[in-house]
Amino acid sequence: MAGTAQPWLRRLFSGRSVVIGLPYAWLLLFFLLPFLILAKISVSEMENVVFKDLITYKDGLLQLQLKLSNYVFITQDALYYKTYIASLQYAAATTVLCLAIGYPFAYFMARARPERQPLLLMLVMLPFWTSFLLRVYAWKGLLSEHGWVYDAIVGLGLDQVLLAAGFISAPGKLMNTPFSLVLGMTYTYLPFMILPLFGNLAKLDVRLLEAAADLGASPWVAFWKVTVPLSKAGIIAGSMLVFIPCVGEFVIPELLGGPETLMIGRVVWDEFFSNNDWPMASAVAVVMVLLIIVPLALFNKYQAEAQEAGK
Amino acid sequence: MAGGPAGGDAAYLSIQDVVKDFSGYKAVDHVSLDIAKGEIFALLGSSGCGKTTLLRMLAGFEMPTSGRIVLNGQDMAGLPPYERPINMMFQSYALFPHLTVWQNIAFGLQREGLPKDQVAARVDAMLKLVQLGKFAQRKPHQLSGGQQQRVALARSLAKQPQMLLLDEPLGALDKKLREETQIELVNIIEQVGVTCVMVTHDQEEAMTMASRIAIMSEGSFLQVGAPADIYETPATKFVADFIGNVNLMPGTVEVDEVDHVVIGSADCKHYVGHGITGTHGMAVTVALRPEKIHVSRHKPADDYNAAHGTIKELSYFGSFTVYHVELPSGARLKISQANTARHKDDELTWGDAVWAHWSRSAHVVLTQ
Amino acid sequence: MNTAAFNRLFARGWLSLGYAFLYLPIVALIVFSFNDSPLPNVWRGFTLKWYAALPDDREMLAGLWLSLRIAFFTACGSVVLGMLAAFTLVRYRRFTGRTAFSGMVSAPLVMPEVVVGLSLLLMLVSIQRAVGFPERGMLTIWIGHLLLGMAYATVVIQARLQDLNPQLSEAAMDLGARPWQVFTLITLPMIAQSLASAWLLTFTVSLDDVVLSAFLSGPGATTMPLVIFSRARLGLNPSVNAVATLIVLVVAIGVLVASYMIARNERRRAQELAAAGHA
Repeated sequence: MAGTAQPWLRRLFSGRSVVIGLPYAWLLLFFLLPFLILAKISVSEMENVVFKDLITYKDGLLQLQLKLSNYVFITQDALYYKTYIASLQYAAATTVLCLAIGYPFAYFMARARPERQPLLLMLVMLPFWTSFLLRVYAWKGLLSEHGWVYDAIVGLGLDQVLLAAGFISAPGKLMNTPFSLVLGMTYTYLPFMILPLFGNLAKLDVRLLEAAADLGASPWVAFWKVTVPLSKAGIIAGSMLVFIPCVGEFVIPELLGGPETLMIGRVVWDEFFSNNDWPMASAVAVVMVLLIIVPLALFNKYQAEAQEAGK
Repeated sequence: MAGGPAGGDAAYLSIQDVVKDFSGYKAVDHVSLDIAKGEIFALLGSSGCGKTTLLRMLAGFEMPTSGRIVLNGQDMAGLPPYERPINMMFQSYALFPHLTVWQNIAFGLQREGLPKDQVAARVDAMLKLVQLGKFAQRKPHQLSGGQQQRVALARSLAKQPQMLLLDEPLGALDKKLREETQIELVNIIEQVGVTCVMVTHDQEEAMTMASRIAIMSEGSFLQVGAPADIYETPATKFVADFIGNVNLMPGTVEVDEVDHVVIGSADCKHYVGHGITGTHGMAVTVALRPEKIHVSRHKPADDYNAAHGTIKELSYFGSFTVYHVELPSGARLKISQANTARHKDDELTWGDAVWAHWSRSAHVVLTQ
Repeated sequence: MNTAAFNRLFARGWLSLGYAFLYLPIVALIVFSFNDSPLPNVWRGFTLKWYAALPDDREMLAGLWLSLRIAFFTACGSVVLGMLAAFTLVRYRRFTGRTAFSGMVSAPLVMPEVVVGLSLLLMLVSIQRAVGFPERGMLTIWIGHLLLGMAYATVVIQARLQDLNPQLSEAAMDLGARPWQVFTLITLPMIAQSLASAWLLTFTVSLDDVVLSAFLSGPGATTMPLVIFSRARLGLNPSVNAVATLIVLVVAIGVLVASYMIARNERRRAQELAAAGHA
């Protein structure tokens, strides 16, 4: 009898099942399960921080009660759906800016002499390792009145340009505007764009560009026809690493944004901490996840492909 | 197709009807083989033929789907690699980069739990065998390719295994080094006296190093035998073509006698000086090795075993020249001739009309 | 000016401006930490008083101590979980739910923290209501940070593990090493550096985290970032500048030392990799 039990038992506790099982169990318990609970609470009725049961059995009647009013409210109330859209817009703007600044940056880093590259890389990593909270806080000072950047911008009259473009609402007021928000987010997430791009571009075979030149392509053409397509994986990785977290960003809008730059992360926070409305906060969070599911899947696909290519 | 060891020794390694099936794809398809103690045996084939899979099953990294592997009377079924008395020298050498040469060689001995002085004695003996005593404290990246290979060999012999496996042993070396290493490698293996199975896609490697070869294709053995046997007496067209270069001429049996056969081909008549198992009128293929054919401007005396044609290509290899002669039917003969004299007055060249001729014992008649 | 020279100038210019952009806030933080004025925006004079006041700042010190402890345990736990996850992804090609596993491991890297924090909190509260454990505090913060840290650690360790020649483990097994011995004697020494990198990275991530800590903390468990955040929300505060400068200093030294050691190891590692045979 022990003989028949053994192979099954042995497999359960074999090295392989422990190695796979431990992190898997951890993730199921602390990542997946919370999501399910989040979804459940978003449709629950809350009374004094106690949740009513969803399924009740009373007098021979099995009832399932899903409070969908939170979701209805989200879709109907302009504040909510406008905030979602605004969050997506800010995140998109940040991603585009990070790409515009970060791609040439990573490109020039990758083309620098090999001996210099570790130094260049380290100089990008250093701010990344320094507390992001503190650096965002520093921008608060830089953009407030008499701050260095404030003086530079107002001094050059650039604030009129920003006003005309609608990024600030009044001349001379740079803080708590869409401008300061996007600037802060671009600043914070720039290394997340540069690093994967650099990793990708540094591995680019220079001989491919030589072959393109040999076949008659000018450097500009070679760049668009060879370099950019080959760095597609890096572009996608970097963009997802910027876009997805930006949608739900909380700290930067809180410190650098204002009442007119409401982002969905702050809505979740306020519903939870200020209004103590846990179901509502959950519903807002669930909708946020649904919005980013497509980019999330894209990111996942890239990760899997990168693993395959790495072999 | 099974092969037995020469001389009729009891099989030291017995591979019995082994099959390896990867979800419907048979990488190794019913292979059986007996290898004698002390033999150096080569599995020769192009990539994807299953030779590496078979080797890995011997080492224990793969388990056969069916069949048995028996080494020195012990069934290897279910034994993981670390419990088998078999050691392998990997294609990439797989030397542990963070350990010194000494530690690399000692690794296997330490896993056995041998006392320190025994380990040291064995490692020193191995270092002496491969002549790397001076490099004991170096790390692998501080050694040349040839030196790394010797460390890998020493490491795989340190535990005095019952069988040594070599995975493309000379693959990573350049040509000059390969020639020297071939001989050295065989010497060391024979000195130690260990039974050896090697895997390679390089014919030269197999023929020079092994005492017996198995030609493998699509998971099964096509022919097993000594190098000379396989070269001079290939069993099929495939084997004849696989090993070395060959001219294949289809023909029909016109005269079938006990001591000689005449086969008619498109461009000539072959007089074969021995009988074959076949019938009058049977379709056969005559295989002729390029070096068995002579080429000259003069018509030979024999009407048989001669063909007339024009030199279309010639490749000069220094020690020999290969002529491609086009025959009237359009078929081409590859003829290899040693350049025995430094200069010849009537050097053969492109466009020359020549006669190709060969002896009555030069043919191999193939029915498959 | 010919195109080559222009290109070089353009490249240098772009990089310089980029670096200036990246470092501007850091420089500003440091400069104004010495500013003799309650408004860390207008320069009034040089002073060290903000630094002198730090040892008396109980709130900040308590937060720092808590954050350091949480970061330490997060780093240790993340490296263990990350190593297991990296192994799973690299060594085990086929098992049920592999795609799900892969997705869950990397998701915390990008998922907005408010979502992760809220959902984790809701679950922990449910558990607490059912079994009376755990109380919100250091333990719950640690769990949240571990989730995030594991994602980072897995990325770092996996990259190194993939580079490893699989024939090395096979050779070790062939020579008589059991799987556990292969791990401790061969694999572990070879990935040691990536484990250290992962440890440092997750330490930093934990030390710096605001949102997860906010959702998962309890009374008496205020981490340093939360202290800084609440002060920063209210306005500019020179004590924050002083702390910031110290942190920047420590990080800078750490990164410099680590970079130097990594560069030295990289050169040696490249040689070793070539010698060990890249599969």
